[in-house]
Amino acid sequence: MMSDTAVQAATEKLTAKDFASNQEVKWCPGCGDYSILKQVQTVFPDFGIPKENVVFISGIGCAARFTYYMDTYGMHSIHGRAGAIASGVKAMNPELSVWVVSGDGDALSIGGNHFIHLMRRNFDLNYLVFNNQIYGLTKGQYSPTSEKGKVAKSTPFGSIEVPFNPSEIALGAKSTFVARSQDRDPKHMQMVLKRAHEHKGTSFVEIYQNCPVFNDGTFFAYSEKESKKEQSLYVEHGKPFIFGANEDKGIKLDGHVPVIVDLTAPGASVNDLWIHDEKDKTKANILARFFDETFDGVSFPRPFGVFYTEDRPVYEGEMQAQVQEQIARKGKASLDKILAGDKTWTIL
Amino acid sequence: MPVVETDSVVIRFSGDSGDGMQLTGSQFTDTAAFLGNDLSTFPEFPAEIRAPIGTTAGVSGFQVHFGSKKIYTPGDEYDVLVAMNAAALKVDLPKLKKGGIVIANTAGFDKKNLNLAGYKDAVNPLEDGTLEGYQLHKIDVTRFTKDCLEGSGLGTKDIDRSKNMFVLGLLFWMFDEPMEYTVAFINEKFAKKPEIADANIKTLKAGWNFGDHTEMFANRFRVSPAQMEKGVYRNISGNQATAIGLIAAAELSGMPLFLGSYPITPASDVLHELSKHKSANVKTFQAEDEIAAICAAIGASYAGGLGVTTTSGPGMSLKAEAMGLATMLEIPLVIVDIQRGGPSTGLPTKTEQSDLLMAMYGRHGEAPLPVIAASSPADCFYTVFEAGRIAIEHMTPVICLTDGYIANGTEPWKFPAASELKAIKAEFTVAPNGEDGIFYPYRRDENLVRPMVKPGTPGLTHRIGGLEKQNETGNVSYDAKNHEVMSQLRAAKIEKIADDMPPIKPDTGEETGELVVLGWGSTAGAIKTAVRELRAEGKDVAHVHLRYINPFPKNLGELLKGYKHILIPEMNNGQLVNLIRAKYLLPAEGFSKIQGLPFTMAELKNKILEVLNNN
Repeated sequence: MMSDTAVQAATEKLTAKDFASNQEVKWCPGCGDYSILKQVQTVFPDFGIPKENVVFISGIGCAARFTYYMDTYGMHSIHGRAGAIASGVKAMNPELSVWVVSGDGDALSIGGNHFIHLMRRNFDLNYLVFNNQIYGLTKGQYSPTSEKGKVAKSTPFGSIEVPFNPSEIALGAKSTFVARSQDRDPKHMQMVLKRAHEHKGTSFVEIYQNCPVFNDGTFFAYSEKESKKEQSLYVEHGKPFIFGANEDKGIKLDGHVPVIVDLTAPGASVNDLWIHDEKDKTKANILARFFDETFDGVSFPRPFGVFYTEDRPVYEGEMQAQVQEQIARKGKASLDKILAGDKTWTIL
Repeated sequence: MPVVETDSVVIRFSGDSGDGMQLTGSQFTDTAAFLGNDLSTFPEFPAEIRAPIGTTAGVSGFQVHFGSKKIYTPGDEYDVLVAMNAAALKVDLPKLKKGGIVIANTAGFDKKNLNLAGYKDAVNPLEDGTLEGYQLHKIDVTRFTKDCLEGSGLGTKDIDRSKNMFVLGLLFWMFDEPMEYTVAFINEKFAKKPEIADANIKTLKAGWNFGDHTEMFANRFRVSPAQMEKGVYRNISGNQATAIGLIAAAELSGMPLFLGSYPITPASDVLHELSKHKSANVKTFQAEDEIAAICAAIGASYAGGLGVTTTSGPGMSLKAEAMGLATMLEIPLVIVDIQRGGPSTGLPTKTEQSDLLMAMYGRHGEAPLPVIAASSPADCFYTVFEAGRIAIEHMTPVICLTDGYIANGTEPWKFPAASELKAIKAEFTVAPNGEDGIFYPYRRDENLVRPMVKPGTPGLTHRIGGLEKQNETGNVSYDAKNHEVMSQLRAAKIEKIADDMPPIKPDTGEETGELVVLGWGSTAGAIKTAVRELRAEGKDVAHVHLRYINPFPKNLGELLKGYKHILIPEMNNGQLVNLIRAKYLLPAEGFSKIQGLPFTMAELKNKILEVLNNN
């Protein structure tokens, strides 16, 4: 389904360069954010939206500087609140293509409350979380997505907290689009960004992003050649779950319990595998939990792709509909009538 | 029966939270207003929705002051106290005038109620001489209501609920006022439950007939219509006025209204009222918290609307960070703080003016904002409208202060026609403002105001944010000197708002003299009444009342220097007095009341006399 914001095609096709602002990009050398910026600027021309109709809203953190580097409208706001600000933007002008850029701390710690409510309301906007599992801008404290035991500036003896799994929260908060990608897989990220844009509703995209300074290599198992095929699972609607160096492993469901299948074993068949269905929320919940050793201590590959999508009316549409319905029912209220209220009297 | 003419009367309806005293009071009020009386009301209710029945914690009161003269306050003391139970009498008797009338529902003075109200050993104050010196009328309202509705088919609960109508009918009789208005109201309210409507009307009439037929009362009273300015009036509360003031500001600026709000006493009624007005293209957003409420409003303003957030003290604290952002962004935003007793949860249903210094200074960094305050229920309309004008024309967040007293209080309002309201200049920039064809989002006009741009405008894409801005370009800048320049520009922009303001003049009295009472906000009515009475007694007193607190009107310092003494009464521990002393180095004297209650006229008169006599 195409987003409403895309209806007005630009007369001349824009290029990635047209979306780059004149500001010098100031992330650390080797930061995963560079790749994300590049993929966003690469896919935007394909959306066919005039750049003045695009608004980026960010909070605080390394990721939040993103806004300054896009030649669109944008607001670099305050820590954790980007989703709330974006809600007001979209409510006031549903025609804008709104993109929230956030990090793991911004979205899930200080902005956690706004995050869950944004998901359930389902404004037609896109929410990107650059997850590097660390606080970068404040120089290296553990984040709500850092693994238990994480040694960081504020946890010299290891973090004693269990991390959030962002996809699980998004699903629990009734998000209508949940996906994951990673900075070191440009093509996949471009695909996911396009899907997010096309989805009408709040599109939640978690992007694993390497922080070379404070948390280097934390996702390399999923992105580097040596381990990627064994450790990550790329899901696609209608396709079976297959992974492994030689595509020799699959995942099937035994009741509600996922099981890893050795496809080379006698009697093993691709036909028995779990076929990905983006519309199945129950299965999406299980898939999102391929995160820690939840299922009998078995370690599953980390999934990437679109986990779940749902068609649900968007908030700004319902809001506008109530206004229109009241105007249709009563006529546009005149200010004089509102000033007078229900009951008046006259002093002669 | 003789009818005694009187120029003003204060009635206090007092009972348990479930006794319907707010409704009784407002029905009496509407009828008085309809008959041409000037009036002022003061509803007062407990913080608990249903406090234990019969206890003093559960007493709900509604005070109405109506007269044939100008009325500026709900009155210090009452002439008539309606006490539906023992707790109500206990709470409200102290402010009944000596010789005043008590109408007591005897059913509410049984042993159980006396114990609940804390009357020792269940000694009945109606019997033990407590009320000697008052005109006591003991009526078993509960029983009369039951008798009247016997055979109506209604259950005990519904019958009991009708008893406030008996009292209302009796009061209408006492003050020679017609019942038609309330009959119409009941028929409308219970259109779908005719049996309830009939019961209420029957009870109302029974109350009237009780007055008429018993010889309990020596006389009736009449309050003639006041000399009100000719015109069409409505009754209005401060919160209603705030809501429609915001609608008016949106309409007159052409910028659609967006309210982001989180429920909080006593501000929620503004959210309720605005959410009804969708047909005026009003969008209301009940956010997940106070922070999201202001942030959504900032987003709506950024997208080209008039973003507004309404709250009370604790919510203001939560919004402080976002106010800093809006100050940096320099976008229009109206923040209405309907003050209540604090700190913390404090006295949520009581009034106070203790957020002034927070409004002035309660932000991180150098973040001056305009602060304006409403002085009466109807004035909330004009003040919030003005807040909208300043926010849009000066591209700034504006803090508008009201308080629980005027938010819930009502008065008759000769409302303006839409055509009488001054248009608000809302100009969206659509072309680059640089000679080089470049857009400078922070290039300022003669009022130091930056251009307003709607996202969606071609050719003007730009980024704004909370990081310090480079002058003119709005790009991020950490340059030391630039930060000082920008801090001073933001401050100077706010100061320049005073250029639009009319010079301030005394509300009452001369421009020089012995003593001026300087007030702000909801103390206006009490100060005005006190000062007028003292002037009638020959005292050299004036009253100056502030709407604009930041910036102050330009001539305020000069004006104040013309008086020998400056007295500043506030419902706080002395906040405006600090601002005045700091700014003008004048020896202003504060007069504090921190009881969750408005000043009485008598308190003010005594204090003014004390200052005059001691000097």
